[in-house]
Amino acid sequence: MSATLTKATPAALKPAEPAPNRGLGRRIRKLNLPGGLAGWIWLAVIIIPIYYIVITSFKSQAGYFSENPLAPPTNPTLDNYRMVLEADFARYFLNSALVTAGAVLPTVLFSFMAAFAIVRGRGKFLKLVNGLFLMGLAIPLQATIIPVYLLIIRLNLYDSLLALILPSIAFGIPLTVLILANFIRDVPDELFESMRLDGCNEWQTMWRLALPLVKPAIVTVAIYNGGVWNGFLLPLILTQSPELRVLPLALWTFQGQYSVNIPAVLASVVLTTLPILVLYIVGRRQLLSGLTAGFSK
Amino acid sequence: MSAGALTAREPAEQQLAEQHSTAGIKARRGSLGWMVLPALLFFAVFAVLPLLGVVALSFTNWDGIGAISVAGMDNWLAVLSDPVMYNAVWLTFVIMVVSWLVQTPISLLLGTFTAGSQKYRAVLAVLYFLPLLLSSAAIAIAYKALLDPNFGLAEGLGLPFLAQDWLGQPQLVLFLVIFVIAWQFVPFHTLIYQGGVRQIPKSLYEAAEIDGAGRVKQFFYITVPQLKYTIITSSTLMVVGSLTYFDLIFVLTAGGPGNSTRILALDMYLTGFRANLMGPASVIAVILVVVGLGLALLLQRLGGKNAGGSQLEGL
Repeated sequence: MSATLTKATPAALKPAEPAPNRGLGRRIRKLNLPGGLAGWIWLAVIIIPIYYIVITSFKSQAGYFSENPLAPPTNPTLDNYRMVLEADFARYFLNSALVTAGAVLPTVLFSFMAAFAIVRGRGKFLKLVNGLFLMGLAIPLQATIIPVYLLIIRLNLYDSLLALILPSIAFGIPLTVLILANFIRDVPDELFESMRLDGCNEWQTMWRLALPLVKPAIVTVAIYNGGVWNGFLLPLILTQSPELRVLPLALWTFQGQYSVNIPAVLASVVLTTLPILVLYIVGRRQLLSGLTAGFSK
Repeated sequence: MSAGALTAREPAEQQLAEQHSTAGIKARRGSLGWMVLPALLFFAVFAVLPLLGVVALSFTNWDGIGAISVAGMDNWLAVLSDPVMYNAVWLTFVIMVVSWLVQTPISLLLGTFTAGSQKYRAVLAVLYFLPLLLSSAAIAIAYKALLDPNFGLAEGLGLPFLAQDWLGQPQLVLFLVIFVIAWQFVPFHTLIYQGGVRQIPKSLYEAAEIDGAGRVKQFFYITVPQLKYTIITSSTLMVVGSLTYFDLIFVLTAGGPGNSTRILALDMYLTGFRANLMGPASVIAVILVVVGLGLALLLQRLGGKNAGGSQLEGL
């Protein structure tokens, strides 16, 4: 996810980022008391819980029990964070990163090839495959978890990171193919034709023409599949060793063990969110335009 | 084939090459099929096969470890006469519908609001996005702390009516779950609406202004109708996504108190992996698939081709 985010050039993202419309802005400024009111209320709804989570994570347990919950800590401490780090969270972070990278890269690569073939190719077989992927969009992931569990056991993959990666790839494919195919369909026929006249075969056309043109969509689908980072159900069911925990599962078990130490639990929440926050700060523009690029069509 | 295409560069041979190329394109395009094979292989093994498998398993007995034996219709008869399952279906629908009713107006309003170009609105939009950075598990864990009647938000804000036993009262917990879902997902739908509002041609507003339409009228007669497809997209994502609230509810309430937040997905998990009854759990899974497919078809009817996916959890 991070690689794709930072690699994306601003120029490639332009089509997904609507130019700010000054005229519209001026008009909206006059309007919209209800909008403004909702805007500020919602800000409070978002910020107050986040503020509480952050300040509490710096409180000592004594401070947590004695101070006003919304007052900043009088004696801020990093002990909670030390405790979380000592609970092996670096390893869980690495596990999450491996699973996410291991799922996102093949999903995007295979889906891009499939989308290209579906758009450019002809024949019953490709139509059938496309129909199959479309049907896959409507199936909720959890519904197949029991047979997936059985399958993973039979493949001798139970309690391994690969057990999390393989089903994640499969479940990411339908939406990824759909979004990428929509973008490839928008590439003008003349460009394909000129590639052909230049003597490129379809394989070369895919890499040299289609890939650069659908870069914004690649960002979008990489972000969506990056949701594997937050996945909870697959790790819960398909792994059991403590050393194979991914971050969401580690959070959950940590919370179970230290339920009396709320500041430490909240420190674990903050700490596991930090990497994503950094990504958000670094790649906010790409992230936001990428998130909605798939829907502006 | 590529040799034929190469000769097209020579003007003298161009005509000849073009005659060949029509047939060439067809053959070449037909042979693209292999490019879908990696994706198809993954999808077939880890999605299609399990989908068929879940139907097969619903007619068997399995405790998750030992041997699998044939059960015939027993599991189906047991689950279909189990009030817990009907309660789970009902809860799934209630959460789906109420979540939609809560999130859609808020997201629509906030999306319109943040589409304005003022600086402070851009800043607000950045802050709105923050909940999307947290995993469902993190949000559920954080809310457990926030809801503590003595050391949580109620005490901090000095609002005693917030100091309820939110997670222990069956009547309250459903409101809470719907609120937390909104807290997590309104930011995403706000973004979708923001993108939609920015694409509305401003000439429409100018015309309305000349006709003397006020701000509220403009919102209801221009913004909302122009956002028709955005509304369908956002609603589709909400409705199909609501089948995937498993993570959040599992960590927040584990289905309780009693069965008061035991939605279908949770019912399946608890039956299969806690009670070790994989057969009945597979029946519940089949029901979940049917509900999902039914909803997708319904939404496709309503909205044309804009049906989204169910794999959007977490973002």
